[in-house]
Amino acid sequence: MTLVWLILIPFLGGLLCWQAERVNEVAPRWLALAAMALELAITLALWWGGDYRLPQVEAGPAWGLEWRVPWIPRFGIEVHLALDGLSLVLIALTSLLGLLAVLCSWREIVGRVGFFHLNLLWILGGVVGVFLAIDLFLFFFFWEMMLVPMYFLIALWGHSGAPGRTRIRAAVKFFIYTQASGLLMLVAILGLVFAQHAHSGEYSFSYAVLRETPLSDGLAMWLMLGFFVAFAVKLPVVPLHGWLPDAHAQAPTAGSVDLAGILLKTAAYGMLRFALPLFPEASQAFAPVAMGLGLVGVVYGALLACGQQDIKRLIAYTSIAHMGFVLIGIYAGTQLALQGVVVMMVAHAFSAAGLFILSGQLYERLHTRDMREMGGLWGRLGSLPAFTLCFAVASLGMPGTANFVGEFMILFGSFPVAPGVVVVASAGLVLAAIYSLLLMQRVHFGAPRGEGDWADLDRREYAMMLGLVALVLLFGLYPQPLLDTTGDAMGAVQRLFAASATLPALAGEVSP
Amino acid sequence: MALLPLTFLLPLAGTLVLSLWRRGPGERACALVGVTSVGLAALVTAGLAVRFVEDGAAGLTLWTWIAVDDFRPTIGLWLDGLSLTLLGVITGVGFLIHLFAAWYLSGEGGSRRFYAYMNLFVASMVLLVLGDNLLLLFLGWEGVGLCSYLLIGHYYRTAANGWAAFKAFIVTRIGDVFLALGLFLLFRELGTLDIAALTDRAAEAWTRGDPMASLAALLVLGGALGKSAQLPLHTWLADAMAGPTPVSALIHAATMVTAGVYLIARLHGLFVLAPAVLLLVGVIGGLTLLMAGFAALAQTDIKRVLAYSTMSQIGYMFLALGVGAFEAAIFHLMTHAFFKALLFLSAGAVIVNCHHEQDMRRLGGLWRRLPLPYAGFLIGGAALAALPLVSAGFYSKDEILWQALAAGRGGLLLAGLLGALLTSLYTLRLIVLTFHGEARSDAARQARPGRGLVHGLPLGVLAVLSTAVGAGITPPLAGLFPASPGADAHGGHGLLEAVAAATALAGLALGAWLWGWRRAWLGRVVARGWGARLWHWWHEAWGFDVLFEALLARPYRGLVRRLHGDAIDAGWQRLAGQAWWMHHGLSRTQNGRLRRYATAMVVGATLVLLGLTFGD
Repeated sequence: MTLVWLILIPFLGGLLCWQAERVNEVAPRWLALAAMALELAITLALWWGGDYRLPQVEAGPAWGLEWRVPWIPRFGIEVHLALDGLSLVLIALTSLLGLLAVLCSWREIVGRVGFFHLNLLWILGGVVGVFLAIDLFLFFFFWEMMLVPMYFLIALWGHSGAPGRTRIRAAVKFFIYTQASGLLMLVAILGLVFAQHAHSGEYSFSYAVLRETPLSDGLAMWLMLGFFVAFAVKLPVVPLHGWLPDAHAQAPTAGSVDLAGILLKTAAYGMLRFALPLFPEASQAFAPVAMGLGLVGVVYGALLACGQQDIKRLIAYTSIAHMGFVLIGIYAGTQLALQGVVVMMVAHAFSAAGLFILSGQLYERLHTRDMREMGGLWGRLGSLPAFTLCFAVASLGMPGTANFVGEFMILFGSFPVAPGVVVVASAGLVLAAIYSLLLMQRVHFGAPRGEGDWADLDRREYAMMLGLVALVLLFGLYPQPLLDTTGDAMGAVQRLFAASATLPALAGEVSP
Repeated sequence: MALLPLTFLLPLAGTLVLSLWRRGPGERACALVGVTSVGLAALVTAGLAVRFVEDGAAGLTLWTWIAVDDFRPTIGLWLDGLSLTLLGVITGVGFLIHLFAAWYLSGEGGSRRFYAYMNLFVASMVLLVLGDNLLLLFLGWEGVGLCSYLLIGHYYRTAANGWAAFKAFIVTRIGDVFLALGLFLLFRELGTLDIAALTDRAAEAWTRGDPMASLAALLVLGGALGKSAQLPLHTWLADAMAGPTPVSALIHAATMVTAGVYLIARLHGLFVLAPAVLLLVGVIGGLTLLMAGFAALAQTDIKRVLAYSTMSQIGYMFLALGVGAFEAAIFHLMTHAFFKALLFLSAGAVIVNCHHEQDMRRLGGLWRRLPLPYAGFLIGGAALAALPLVSAGFYSKDEILWQALAAGRGGLLLAGLLGALLTSLYTLRLIVLTFHGEARSDAARQARPGRGLVHGLPLGVLAVLSTAVGAGITPPLAGLFPASPGADAHGGHGLLEAVAAATALAGLALGAWLWGWRRAWLGRVVARGWGARLWHWWHEAWGFDVLFEALLARPYRGLVRRLHGDAIDAGWQRLAGQAWWMHHGLSRTQNGRLRRYATAMVVGATLVLLGLTFGD
């Protein structure tokens, strides 16, 4: 039942927030905060109490917690939730970032506060659902579910930038991209279910059952691609990334935090949970292409980040570069690389959320996001520039930060599999340094323009930033709790992936 | 050995205190925290040295950093003679420089930032030399790079300083990527990052000259070149002089830039297996010391002369590494830290006393007004030029030249000797132009000497260490390295010493003649024709900046500019645009005019009928 509550708390909390606006403006904020705190507390209690270093059964994944009731028995659809180390870590991350998203909107959002928090919490509820659902129909349900409130968040509370870059346009773009790709996933899911039906004569959307579906190579490849494209749009993988910079630039701070921090992670999660385990052979065959795409993302994202004037667009493009690393790690498929992917996801969530919150704070003070109008802000904004420095340094992968651990585990883990990819991806480390320091140089260093200072961070803002920095450093110096929790979930993926590599046609080194 | 972590925890605590102290502490409080933390670390180091003499090398593992399968780098420290030597230099010289900085920065503001970064630097550098595995070493390696970046850009309101810092970070980061690739390769081949285990396994797995060993050594060398400002990744060091002078003394002379030397010495087990790469180390060292020596001759900024001389001296260290004389390299690293820190601090004293004038063309005649910095320059300069018998530099440089001779590397020996001549020349030029002759600006005429223990003590101590006294400190390196080529040979050592001494003296004499008696003539020579061209070329340090600007920076900026609108996204946008266009086109037909509808129907029906009639 705990798993159901994990999903219900954000949804119910959202409804309460919506109505609480009738009381006063602050009530929804506190309610949302309480809901997310409760969610986080439950997750941490689960983490604390449970042992996720489960011995792996050969047949399939072992779940730490499971909950299932029939939903539409005729088609074998169930409400089937399950939790393992990977989903636990990601849910903890979701609730933590949810907390931050509520906190950073405290002053930014002034209109329709109740409805705002309804949307915010429903996104989080949808995401938690995605991380828990192992019935593919239910998964698809939550996958689509999280889009709608996100659309409203951007469309109603977003900022409109230059002409032609309105928030509505960004919201629509976001919606169409994800909706269209979601459709492909639905087709792939149905295809898989029909294949299973043809084989066994029964309909089932269950993860465990569908994993055993015998598929011809061609069909497996097509179905895998259906999943891959859906996840690739969300991650985002480079030719399909167009929605991200617009959505980030136009979204309110909380929206950006959620987008970068957790929505992107649902894609990586989907690959790890579904695309790879359901179609190990096809994924193995596709791996060189996927790693190539990851590489393109690393380089293309970094190059575009250097050319941006809008600070939020810059950060958005850095996300693309970082997710390129994640893609490489996933399709390298070694234990080290997969574990690195987990750390990288967590690290990127912290550093990107930190940078987005800081640019939100900057916007509240300067009322612009255009870096050409900034410069020389160091010393005039209290501790804001110093925090920006911390997160910029984290995002360039400085050792001691969690980002370094993630990136280097991915690179160390991928090197035996694909040395060529790693060599080029390592060049991305230089590019990361360029865009991160470019950000610092353009915004905070140089000659000050004009006179006067702005307000220092207040206690709420300072505490948020300090907490994030502490987490980045903690997981940078001691990532082991994370690694221990997800070790077996990743081990299962790795074994599947490795087993498929022994097929004669695919044996040998995968290098571009 | 339980005290070992204190060597980096104390400076780290300094950083934390300074950065979390929100309502800014005063300048004195900052200096107090910053200097004390490093001072205590130096005391701990002294205690460790005593313990080391009794017990020998020891290690301490704090915790396992990451544990996935075989990948188990630890936060583990290892203290042996090599790391102890470096540790002594870092905390000892570091403490003196911190102390001097309290004088240098007084009244300037920004000292909270300064000491926080400086302490972080010391902590990172300590981790670099104490780390018992390559990943922890890499943490220190990148940490010092970051602090270097932050401190070069200390005067952040001048955009040029920020860009200099940017350049330093990016260029060294390029080297770091090679080092990282070396780590990936070593881990794949040998399955460990622990330095001791790595050395053992390398010796088992690879024979001398194994291509994989060579590749790994080559990649590690790439990292060392970036950090130690050797060809071709040296271009950042001269620009790094934008930072406050104590920063140049600590980071860009005494410690960080010698990290590459440390790295190669630490991984000597790997480099010995790759003799070709080791020779390359020597050749790069030789080339760099000549390149930088000529460049130093044609600088006008006091700090840039010292920067090029640092490159050149590290070139000597690389040369020593290249001929397999690891001990000589570390010995020179140590003496160089003493005398170069002295030179930089003395330069800092001159700069502050002359109201931040550091152009030698606008200085001059300072020897009477600033006796202490003058003495510092004389003693430090003597050590730099390797003045026979009395200076520390003589003993360490002579050792390097002798090892080159014993190894039979005639070319490298010649480069070293020519470099010694150049060193004497530019050192003499530096001192003459700064301290002798006419005072050439008001700043120089109104110079007032600095006062106080904080100013005098560091200069005094470093001056003593830069003489033969400093050379008396023998780094406890016995048994760490393979025997140097000159260990058993003796033939020609005496002769070489005489030649080296004569070269240094000849350089000084030539310099005295050129800048003492023939200055006017020299001025005319460099003013036009070939002399001017050569001067310009050397002044620009052989034009590497222009080359890299044209080859790398400009194409990169061009690419960024071309891409900044996101061409791929624009492609998808066109799809959306087409949908709009079709929407408008079709909605125009839905205009509600019956006559049009009727016409369209008739035309359509006619076309269909015609199609049916003539279609088959």
